[in-house]
Amino acid sequence: MQDTPITNQAVKPKKTFTDMAIRYGFLLLMAGLLVFFSVASEGFLSPYSAVFIFQSVAITGILALGVTFTLVVDGFDLSIGSTATSALMLSAYVMVVLEMGAVAAVVACLVMGALIGLVNGILIVKMKVPDLLATLGMMFLLIGLQRIPTEGRSIATGMKLPGGETANGTFSPEFLWLGRHRFDFFIDNLIPVSVVILIVVAVLVWVFLELTRHGRLMYAIGSNQRAASLAGTNVNRYKIVAYMMSGMLASIGGILLAARLGRGDIASGNNLLLDSVAAALIGFAVLGVAKPNAFGTAIGALFVGILLQGLTMMNAPYYTQDFVKGAVLVIALVFTFVLTGRRGGSNH
Amino acid sequence: MSAVAVQISGLTKAFGTNHVLRGIDLELFKGEVTVLMGANGAGKSTLVKVICGVHAADQGEIRLHGRVIKSSSPSDAIASGIVTVHQNINDGVIPDLDVASNLMLDELAKPSGGFFLKRNKIHADAEKLAQSIGLNVDVTIPVQELALADRQLVAIARAMAHEPELLILDEPTSSLSSIEADRLFELLDRLRDKGVAILYISHRTSDIQRMADRIVAMRDGEIVGTFTEKPLDYNAAVNSMLGQSMADAHLDIKQQGAPVLQVENLQIRENAPKISFTVGEDEVVAITGLVGAGKSKLAAILYGLEKPVSGSMTLKGAPFAPKSARHAIDTGVFMCAKDRGTNGVLQDHNLTKNITAPFLARYSTFSFLNKRAEDAKTRKTINDLSIVCQTEHDDIGTLSGGNQQKIMVGRWLSEPSTLLILDEPFQGVDIKARRDIGEKIRETAKGRATIVMASEMDEVMEIADRIIVLSDADIVGEHMNQDLNLKKIISEVAGMGTKSDTQKQANG
Repeated sequence: MQDTPITNQAVKPKKTFTDMAIRYGFLLLMAGLLVFFSVASEGFLSPYSAVFIFQSVAITGILALGVTFTLVVDGFDLSIGSTATSALMLSAYVMVVLEMGAVAAVVACLVMGALIGLVNGILIVKMKVPDLLATLGMMFLLIGLQRIPTEGRSIATGMKLPGGETANGTFSPEFLWLGRHRFDFFIDNLIPVSVVILIVVAVLVWVFLELTRHGRLMYAIGSNQRAASLAGTNVNRYKIVAYMMSGMLASIGGILLAARLGRGDIASGNNLLLDSVAAALIGFAVLGVAKPNAFGTAIGALFVGILLQGLTMMNAPYYTQDFVKGAVLVIALVFTFVLTGRRGGSNH
Repeated sequence: MSAVAVQISGLTKAFGTNHVLRGIDLELFKGEVTVLMGANGAGKSTLVKVICGVHAADQGEIRLHGRVIKSSSPSDAIASGIVTVHQNINDGVIPDLDVASNLMLDELAKPSGGFFLKRNKIHADAEKLAQSIGLNVDVTIPVQELALADRQLVAIARAMAHEPELLILDEPTSSLSSIEADRLFELLDRLRDKGVAILYISHRTSDIQRMADRIVAMRDGEIVGTFTEKPLDYNAAVNSMLGQSMADAHLDIKQQGAPVLQVENLQIRENAPKISFTVGEDEVVAITGLVGAGKSKLAAILYGLEKPVSGSMTLKGAPFAPKSARHAIDTGVFMCAKDRGTNGVLQDHNLTKNITAPFLARYSTFSFLNKRAEDAKTRKTINDLSIVCQTEHDDIGTLSGGNQQKIMVGRWLSEPSTLLILDEPFQGVDIKARRDIGEKIRETAKGRATIVMASEMDEVMEIADRIIVLSDADIVGEHMNQDLNLKKIISEVAGMGTKSDTQKQANG
């Protein structure tokens, strides 16, 4: 760089305490929580407790990974919660009312998730509806739609159908396996299927976003849509794909929920949206990257899970849970935007 | 010499270990235009930000008419009489509101302003303000319907509503053509006569020669030269800001090679005349013209972003009608867009990710990226263009403006192209960076056709083998870049018969 008079201060920036705090603060906090709960509450540090935590975050974690996709392209998906409950109702409907098998139920849900994402994407990309409004509309639409076929009732074997006859189908054992089977892992019946699916999905999403060119371009779109488009990226297509991914992952979450419950319960899944959005946003703060990322999202979900499990074991009342989640989210956001913003410093 | 309006002494500012200002002593006088020159990264923007209250100084003080002022925010600074008009025009105006509301905005934002709008009063006051500084626009139309120059004038008029002691202008002409800039200068002349101290930051030779009463050169966070003797020695100021002397750019004018791009009877917009031109291999063609003459529109058509009204194009003999940017890139037509902030830079991305973005398919197998190959390419670009940075993994936001622009140009030079279009590649860069970029464009021009869109005559003459003049979507002149008749070109640019050709003189 020879003798150019332009300076950009070619000294390596010192790793300051703030830098370290931003980068590893959240992981340290999580480790601290683990130690604290292990000491304070007997039985917290056991394989079963660990698995319970994983299981409690599996579904929200999968949904959160879906939201991560839309956050990466600078969008947002508020319809994931209702997409998941729609998948829950649809899978029950396919098996109990239409009396079809597990494969048909799963395929129907995935197709529905992809379609919902497609419609969201088209509303946002082609019709220029702002993302929050489009997916909010979709959320209301789905909440209503899932109640129509059964006139607002939950779906279970033996229920009365609107036509007057009785539904005779049952949840197939293969389908229930998804929600109830546990793999042996050193200890018999330890790891639930949903946890395995969460881990597989998280790894796949991470690989896609970090290691492939498609992931790179999605981040580019999230940074500067116009610049990405002038660099030859098909912005609209990637955005639609992001919403379809989000819809399909939400459907997978809904399938797992249905398989765990064993019935099409109209009232379940109320917390899914809030919890998964929180996990994805907390993920911004993990490693201090201040942007949506798969690893952070998974850690974010786990963090909330650990906190709630620990508090439950210490006999904190259930009704404080939402407050705790909200507080964690706010702190994580402060972490992300205040600290990393300050670090930016010189811009000239 | 008139009275001192602003006295700055011992000002320092550091960001972490990066000492951006290292003790600035500067005096600004009433009724005088002080031009502040400095290479990208010299600390000009930081100095402005400290003066106008965006950043707090680490040490030192600013006195306005002898009184120490401590501004902790831009509104503080405005209240004490220091008003700044920033480079980005749209930062200074609200496009959706009408001119009157824009002019009176600060009035409206005052807590004492009452609850309901007084429409007639706003319009009357705005009218008065506009007239007092000679701004002739209808105050009832929305700002977004104004031309860029008028928007800039509105932003300045708004600043004048505060009756400032010191007006700071940060590259106010960077998106204006020379004719539009003249209107701005006339306004500044009137302000100067009223006794306002003006601090003017610019890279444009013509601006500086037209406006400067005094030149202050800055380098590495220090004032390295003050030039007050008339006539102002522009070259000495440039040398002092660079710390080395800058020879005139030397061009080896090349003749046009085999035709690469042929444009036939192209209509850029509705009811525009049909234009035809050819760009050959190895040559660099500069297309110049006013803002709005159709340069950017033409670039957009060549790059597949817009469709021409009629006409046809061929690329190396084959019909060429790109449908999208991707299609254009795949056919070997690259475009480095203007306004890097909006159209080019991927913020929060590192240099590698910024450089390879259009070409990721070439760096991946089964979609998996080969990051090592990407980094190697970026290191090569960093070397080729003398980009100042630490590593290829620096966040692009940590680079100075000139170096960011080099990254943008480097992106499109990193792969071979058949036709390379560069839309305003020298926007907002200092003369050294401009020469670096220009040299690199010419050095690599062999084997491809190159089109540079530029509205500044200095830039055009430094880069082009051949010059095409565009006026109102029509080609009105074509010149080899040898023994140029500047007056003729400038009158062509202006669409003939305008008075500006007597005012503007080019200087390398």
